[in-house]
Amino acid sequence: MVAYLIRRFLYMITTLIFVSIIGFVIINLPPGSYLDVYRAQRQMQGTSTAKEEIEALKRRYALDQPVYVQYLKWISGFVRGDFGRSFQYNREVSDLIWERLGYTAIISFSTLLFTWIVAIPIGIYSATHQYKLGDHIFTFIGLAGLSIPNFMLALVLMVVAQRAFGQSVGGLFSREFKDAPWTLAKFIDFLKHLWVPIVVVGTSGTAGLIRMMRGNLLDILNMQYIQAARARGLPESKVIVKHAVRNAIHPLIMLLGMSLPGIISGSTVVAIVLSLPTTGPLYFNALRQQDMFLAGTFLLFLSVMLIIGNFLADLLLAWIDPRIRLE
Amino acid sequence: MDQDVILQVDDLRVHFFTQEGLVRAVDGVSFTAKRGQVLGIVGESGCGKSVTAQAILRIVPPPGEIVGGKIIYYRQSSNNGAGNVTQTVDLTALPARGREMREIRGGEISMVFQEPMTSLDPVYTIGDQIMEAITLHQKVNKSEARERAIEMLRLVGMPRPEETIDNYPHQLSGGMRQRVMIAIALSCSPSLLIADEPTTALDVTTEAQILELMRGLQQELGTTILLITHNLGVIAEMCDDVIVMYLGKVVEHTDVDTLFFNPKHPYTQALLQSIPRIESTKKERLKPIRGIVPDPYAIPSGCPFWPRCDHYIPGLCDREEPDYITVEPDHEVRCHLYDPERKTNAQVNESR
Ligand SMILES: Nc1ncnc2c1ncn2[C@@H]1O[C@H](COP(=O)(O)OP(=O)(O)OP(=O)(O)O)[C@@H](O)[C@H]1O
Ligand SMILES: [Mg+2]
Repeated sequence: MVAYLIRRFLYMITTLIFVSIIGFVIINLPPGSYLDVYRAQRQMQGTSTAKEEIEALKRRYALDQPVYVQYLKWISGFVRGDFGRSFQYNREVSDLIWERLGYTAIISFSTLLFTWIVAIPIGIYSATHQYKLGDHIFTFIGLAGLSIPNFMLALVLMVVAQRAFGQSVGGLFSREFKDAPWTLAKFIDFLKHLWVPIVVVGTSGTAGLIRMMRGNLLDILNMQYIQAARARGLPESKVIVKHAVRNAIHPLIMLLGMSLPGIISGSTVVAIVLSLPTTGPLYFNALRQQDMFLAGTFLLFLSVMLIIGNFLADLLLAWIDPRIRLE
Repeated sequence: MDQDVILQVDDLRVHFFTQEGLVRAVDGVSFTAKRGQVLGIVGESGCGKSVTAQAILRIVPPPGEIVGGKIIYYRQSSNNGAGNVTQTVDLTALPARGREMREIRGGEISMVFQEPMTSLDPVYTIGDQIMEAITLHQKVNKSEARERAIEMLRLVGMPRPEETIDNYPHQLSGGMRQRVMIAIALSCSPSLLIADEPTTALDVTTEAQILELMRGLQQELGTTILLITHNLGVIAEMCDDVIVMYLGKVVEHTDVDTLFFNPKHPYTQALLQSIPRIESTKKERLKPIRGIVPDPYAIPSGCPFWPRCDHYIPGLCDREEPDYITVEPDHEVRCHLYDPERKTNAQVNESR
C-alpha cells in the first residue's frame, strides 16, 4: 500500500515536470519573442516602450539567455508565487488568476458531484430493471442529454432561469452582489446561479455515466460471485449494494480522474456563453493574444488540478480494490 | 420409502425468453433425491444441469423463468427434542426473494459453483464471505462467527486457517478457493448440498483432493449431495444414484452400478462408449457420439436424441415424446425401445 502510494506520488511529480516543459515549449512556439509581442502590444495601445523597461524585462525573464535557463527561471517563479506578468492586462498574473481558479475548482467539483449523485442511482435502477419501462425512459433521457450541445442547453436554461425564477441570467452573481464582500446573502445568491452551469456542464457527463454504470452493473450481475451471494440467502438489495455496485463502480473511478479535463474544457464554452468568472474565457483570450505568462500559468494550474484529481482517484481505487492495495 | 426422500423434482420446466428466441433449457425434468445419498447428474455441456440447480435454489437469472413443474422439498426440523418433523414445501410456489426461500437458500440447501476463480467476490476477504453466510442463518455475534469460519476452513483442509481467513480471493489458488466455497456452503450445516461441477476447472490432483474432501464430509455430516458433472469417472467414484440428462430432459435414472453395467438408453450407452476404459484388453477405438448437440433454439420434436440415435425408429421417435418407463425397480428410462407395448427389447440388447 505504502509502496503503491509512493509510486503514484512519484508518477504525479514526474508528470507535472513534463507538463510544465511541454507547456513552456507550447507557449513559446508562436513566432516572435516575448519582447516583440510586448512592444507590438504597447505600440497598439499608443505608448512606446522605454529602453530601461525592456532591459528590466530581459533580466526578469532571462530573455537573453538560453531557453532552458528561461524555463528554469519561469518554473522557479512558481515556487515563490511569481507567475510573470500579463501584458494584456498589464498586471501580475498572480493578481488575475486566484479568484478564477477558485471558481473553476468549485464549479468543476460540484459538477462532478452532481454527475455522480444523479448518475449512479439511475444507473443502478436501470440495470436492475433492464428493459422495463423505467429503464427505457432513462435511456431516452440519457441519449437526449448526450446529444444536446452544451451551449444550446445553456441558452435554454438561461431562458428558464429568467422566466420561471425571475433570476438574472449569466454570471455567478446578481449585479448587486458582484463586488460586494462575502455575506450569507451573497452566498445564497451564488448558489442560485451555480446550478445553471453545473447542470449544463454536467448533463452530458451524467448521461454517459448512467450508460456506463448500467453496462458495468449488468456485466457484474452476471458474475458467478453474485449468484453465489444470492445462493447464500443474502437479500437482493444487499447483493446489489454490497457486492454488485462496489465492483461495478470500480472502472468508473478509473475514469473519474480522466473525466476532469472534459469538465474543465467543456466548461470553457459554457463559461463564455454564460459569462462566468472562471478560468475558461480568460485562458482562451490569453491564448489568442499570445499572453504567454498568463496562458502558461493557467495551463500549469489546470494540469495540477487534473493530476491531483487523478491521484485522488488512484487513492480511492486502492481503497476499494484489495488487488491494488496489496500489490 | 417416502420418509427418506429429500427432494422430488416433478416435470420441471425452465425457459429462457431471450431476444434471439425461446430456449427450453430445462424441459420436463423429474427425479427424486434420497436423503443422505449422493445423486449424480450427468450430461453434455448445455443440457441444463446448472439451470436445474439454479431452479432448485430459485436463483434462475432473467430472462429465465420456471414455467412449469414442482420442486418438492422435504423440510426437516427438530421439534423441541420430540424427534424430527418433516414438512413438504413446494419451492416453485414460494416467492423467490421472500423470507422463507432465503432461509432455505444457503441455510438448508446450499451450492458450490462451477468456477472457483470467479465465485468469490474479489473485494472482500474470504472470512467476510464465510461470515456473511454464517450470520445470515445463525444467531451468532461477530467473534463467534469468525471462530466458526475458522473452524469451517480447518474442516475443509485450509492450511493456517487463522491467517488465511483474512486473505482476499486473488491470494488463493483455484483449489483453495473451491475449498472456501465448500466451507461457505457447509457453514450452516445444510441438509442438501448442490455441487455444480465442483472440480471441472481444477487440475487432476486438486480434483482428487476436493472429491475426497467432499466424500469425507458427506459421510461425516450425512449431507445429501446433488453432484453435477459431465465426468463419468467422478460419477463412478462418488455417487449412489445417477440421472442422465440430454437437452433439458432426464433420459435415464438408476443406481450407479446399473448405469455402468446395464445402461438402457441409447444416449447413456453412447456416452459410456465415448470414454476410455482401463480394463478393456482389446485395442478398441473410442466411439464418439455421432452428430452434435442440436442448437438450443431448435430442439428436435419427439425424443430429442433421435437425430443422433443408432436405434431410431422412423415415424415414432421423431413424432412422440417417450414417457418414463420403469424397466426394473428403481431404473427408469425415457425411450420408446422399452415401451412394453412394443416388443423390440431383444433387438436392442443384441446390438449392444
Ligand atoms: N442466462 C441465460 N440466458 C440465456 N440462456 C441461458 C442462460 N443460462 C443458461 N442458458 C441456456 O440454458 C441451456 C442450459 O445451460 P446450463 O448452464 O444449464 O448447461 P450445463 O448443463 O450446466 O452445461 P455445462 O456443462 O457447460 O455447465 C444452455 O443452452 C444455455 O444456452
Ligand atoms: Mg453448468
